[in-house]
Amino acid sequence: MSERASRFGPSAGTRVEDAALLCGRGQFADDLGCKPGTLHAAILRSSHAHARLRGVDVSAAERAVGVRAVLTADDVTRWSRPLLAALRVPVLQPVLAKDAVHYVGEPLAVVLAENRYLAEDALEAIRVEYEPLPPVLDIAQALTLDGPRAHADLAQNIVSDRSYCYGDPDAALAAASHRVRLQIAYPRNTATPLECGVVVAEHFPDGNGGHGAYEVMSNFTGPMSLHAVMAMALQVPESHLRLRFPRDVGGSFGTKQSLFSAIVLLCLAARKAGAPVKWVEDRREHMTAATSATARRSHIEAAVQDDGRIAALSFDQIDDVGAYLRAPEPATFYRMHGCLTGAYAIQHLRVRNRVVLTNKTPTGLVRGFGGPQVYFALERLVQRIAVQLGLDPLDVYRRNFIAKDAFPYRAAAGALIDSGDYAATLAVALQAADITALRDRQRQARSEGRLYGIGFAAVVEPSISNMGYVTAALTAEQRAHAGPKQGALAAATVQIDPLGGITVGIDSMPAGQGHRTVCAQRVAAVFGLAPGDIVVNSELDTQKDAWSIAAGNYSCRFAGAVAGAVQIAAQRLRDRVAQHCADLLGCAPQDVVFAAGSLHARGQPEHILPLARVLSGPHWAPALSTEAGPPPLRETVFFTPETLHAPSSDDRVNASATYGFVFDLCALEIDRTTGRVYIDRYVTAHDAGRLLHPALADGQVRGGFAQALGAALSEELRYDGQGRFASQTLSDYLLPTCLDVPAPIIVHTQTPSPFTPLGAKGIGEGNSMSTPVCIANAVADALSSLPQSEHCQDLRLPLTPATVLALVAGGQGQAATGTVAVQTGKIR
Amino acid sequence: MKPAPFEYVRIDHPDELSALLTEHGPEAAVLAGGQSLMPILNLRLRRPRVLLDLSRCRALHDLTPTSGGLQIGAAVTQATVLSWPRLAHQVPLLALALPHVGNPQIRSRGTLCGSLAHAHPQAELPLCLAALDGEIVLRSQRGERRIAAADFFIAAQKTACRPDEYIAQAHIPCQSIDEGSAFLEVAVRVTGQAQVACAAIAGPHRLRLAVLAGQATPQVHDYPLLPEADLRDQLDIIARSLALSCASADDDAYRRQLVVSLGLNALKQAQRARDRRAAVDAQIMEHRR
Repeated sequence: MSERASRFGPSAGTRVEDAALLCGRGQFADDLGCKPGTLHAAILRSSHAHARLRGVDVSAAERAVGVRAVLTADDVTRWSRPLLAALRVPVLQPVLAKDAVHYVGEPLAVVLAENRYLAEDALEAIRVEYEPLPPVLDIAQALTLDGPRAHADLAQNIVSDRSYCYGDPDAALAAASHRVRLQIAYPRNTATPLECGVVVAEHFPDGNGGHGAYEVMSNFTGPMSLHAVMAMALQVPESHLRLRFPRDVGGSFGTKQSLFSAIVLLCLAARKAGAPVKWVEDRREHMTAATSATARRSHIEAAVQDDGRIAALSFDQIDDVGAYLRAPEPATFYRMHGCLTGAYAIQHLRVRNRVVLTNKTPTGLVRGFGGPQVYFALERLVQRIAVQLGLDPLDVYRRNFIAKDAFPYRAAAGALIDSGDYAATLAVALQAADITALRDRQRQARSEGRLYGIGFAAVVEPSISNMGYVTAALTAEQRAHAGPKQGALAAATVQIDPLGGITVGIDSMPAGQGHRTVCAQRVAAVFGLAPGDIVVNSELDTQKDAWSIAAGNYSCRFAGAVAGAVQIAAQRLRDRVAQHCADLLGCAPQDVVFAAGSLHARGQPEHILPLARVLSGPHWAPALSTEAGPPPLRETVFFTPETLHAPSSDDRVNASATYGFVFDLCALEIDRTTGRVYIDRYVTAHDAGRLLHPALADGQVRGGFAQALGAALSEELRYDGQGRFASQTLSDYLLPTCLDVPAPIIVHTQTPSPFTPLGAKGIGEGNSMSTPVCIANAVADALSSLPQSEHCQDLRLPLTPATVLALVAGGQGQAATGTVAVQTGKIR
Repeated sequence: MKPAPFEYVRIDHPDELSALLTEHGPEAAVLAGGQSLMPILNLRLRRPRVLLDLSRCRALHDLTPTSGGLQIGAAVTQATVLSWPRLAHQVPLLALALPHVGNPQIRSRGTLCGSLAHAHPQAELPLCLAALDGEIVLRSQRGERRIAAADFFIAAQKTACRPDEYIAQAHIPCQSIDEGSAFLEVAVRVTGQAQVACAAIAGPHRLRLAVLAGQATPQVHDYPLLPEADLRDQLDIIARSLALSCASADDDAYRRQLVVSLGLNALKQAQRARDRRAAVDAQIMEHRR
């Protein structure tokens, strides 16, 4: 395919989305009109982390001004089933708590009123009698045998405990000349989209043969495997739960996956009210009760040779998934399972994964999903290996990287890592950073008593999730019983209208990434048109459009899978058009050239046919073109990467179709007076295969970096000693502002993926995985010049000024509460 | 996050405000820029029956230089104060502190008097008013009274303003030409709430330090010109005696630690500013001769 510059080039160009977005003409879920008579919902939520419910009295609320109905747990029990989980677990989540509440923010009742103000007024009239129970607030407490249970009737808080062994890790660990260990904790945090959740639901009692059907418009972003969970909860066939999506979504970063339970809840509310209902999640609800990344405790150990080569790894990981194992959890573990050995050629691996319930908000997709937790342990460990063995960390990286001629590389736990040249990407990063100059600067700073550190991180960034990976949490026998699950279908449709215009439909709901821009460019290039000639519609409708369980906007499936499906659909439709018009041009179909809005036979550019006329022909005179098969008016393609198999009988799983690579470098200084971290230089080098649109790729990197910086330095979803939630607003949950985020230096290498149609891989999640630990490694390096630096290796996120200053005091051999000498570092 | 129902009244004349406050007392809330009040209302932490919006009341929009200082009306925004051309000359401490208040968007709506009225323990402006020996004019139908900052801030988010009164204006004395000022603040984010802020004023014979570290009300400490080691001892005393109850003990420890280092830096900076000012004055005098 030709890739000509400017107007017809696929790789540059402005985003088709931006004019509307920048002028306030976006069409977000809350902007779309509702039917007359739509009621507004407000949700009463638990104020207790764990309590028995003695009673929920809604009678006064039902009589309140403007209130039409109140949905209660009895209605929910009557009309629905609890949400199915990915594993067999003793407790399933109901969409309204019935006998007990298990986290602050758990829904108790829904008031439906003429407007949101009246609905919220009526919430205050609901009387709830709680009988408090002891809450489970962290992983350590969850593991105690005689401690409280997250649900009163649980025998234990552990709901999954699986061990895995690949190669011979025990022998490798026993034979190792060095064993390096680390105990790591990763906190609860989230990704905070600008737009919160919206659900508009309606119940049709006459639908489904009189059994009732539901229609929903929501900014839910998938994965659409959850559509089956919703339909089963609502006890309707999937075809009778119609889901539609708005044109624009104001950010998701995975978090809008959590809306599926709200969709079920609002469907039931609409049924109770006998009217359409609308719910707009407010910021407090979003922070409190939407979702969270899992908190994790890991014990990681490496068998290391004298030169820093890692022979074996052992992970003992425990995830806090909150009060319920909500689908798709425990996916936080298993998305990363196949590539737990990261960017390194390590064939011996031991893993134990335990999942505990706590009395906190259920967890789910948050940008990086699983990666931040794994790499915070693995990459801190690599830094410790270098320190403990007295090696340059860069040598440790180079010696352990998967060699460039080893791709596609089968990792110990089953990931088929498609392509890469890790040493080359590292070299590009070092060059961009001017590492020699940075190290000089560090020496100079240290000679002045300043705390200056340089940190690194290398991560493998999976994308395009295998729909079967969660079943790695099951045993091989359980999997055999359940039947195989695998693949990652992406659907795209290209169709032609009666005047020859081209429209594209996709099964991903863009949340700002620019999908429509990329799709328009791909299709335009295939047909020899300009991107502005192509309409891309991403407003998926489950009753009309092509989709499957993998549909949605998550796991960076767009560039590799969805854009690839679009490309294939466009090419097939073009080839069929060529078949139909070859006679007119007097050439073979493969010699029809599509260029600059017209057609000609190869070698005869003077004899052209206008493209629009050819494309529209079958609409007006289908009989003329039926000889060569059905009229070429529409092509739908389902694409799935061929390498995504179900987990093997020996528990190896290729959880993703592509694996990008990120190498980050951070140079920073710690202000000894305040504990604030000042980033001096940050370089992030990516290999995301072939870049479809460099500016969009850089945008993903910048946004991911900003969020990751927040995770590193300021963000945490906090609970107090009673399990009350302490991060309800954005003045408690501290997102970095534009003034806090330095501009990273972004560089790319490109080794195309052999497994995706365009050679592209995901790029949106890498920094969520690499940046927190890169900053932590730089902080550790900065602290290493203190006399008792061993005291400050237990780095916990977020590295707030208070945390860092306490580490500095510890490194100086002082109690953290003492006063420090005033030495103001020179901070640029 | 929708407020409880309230009645909204737009105030056009100060007398109207006094009359309505007399009528509704504690059931009324005064709205100026809304940067503190609106979130409080949306979270239903307060549920006034009547909201009295003074933001368009002309008579409360005056920013007036007086012989001894600056009178700032109830509706004057922080941005207006910050852009007053003589601010850095007349009240340098305020010019140094105001950029730390919120961000430009907040300052363009938020009022100086509103921040004083809310008396948030982490707000910069109450600290400055205390450091500058400012006064507040409280007005009601019973008349006007002038109250010193030290007597105005009673506890966290609690002031001497009675239910029928409103802050008509703040009075901020001009700083003397032989004083130097400094304002230092540490927050988790550049524009976030202060964890610790220190306002320092250095005169020819005395030093003043006002400290905000999470305690209920601003604290002002006066010292003679002491050598650094003695100042450090004094600051250690302040740090130990701070009445803090932060969310975590770590935060308490951090604030105590910062009070010492930040306080000392602020005092040093203020003295350097004083000396620079004196040097400039000397040059000018020289020039005139």
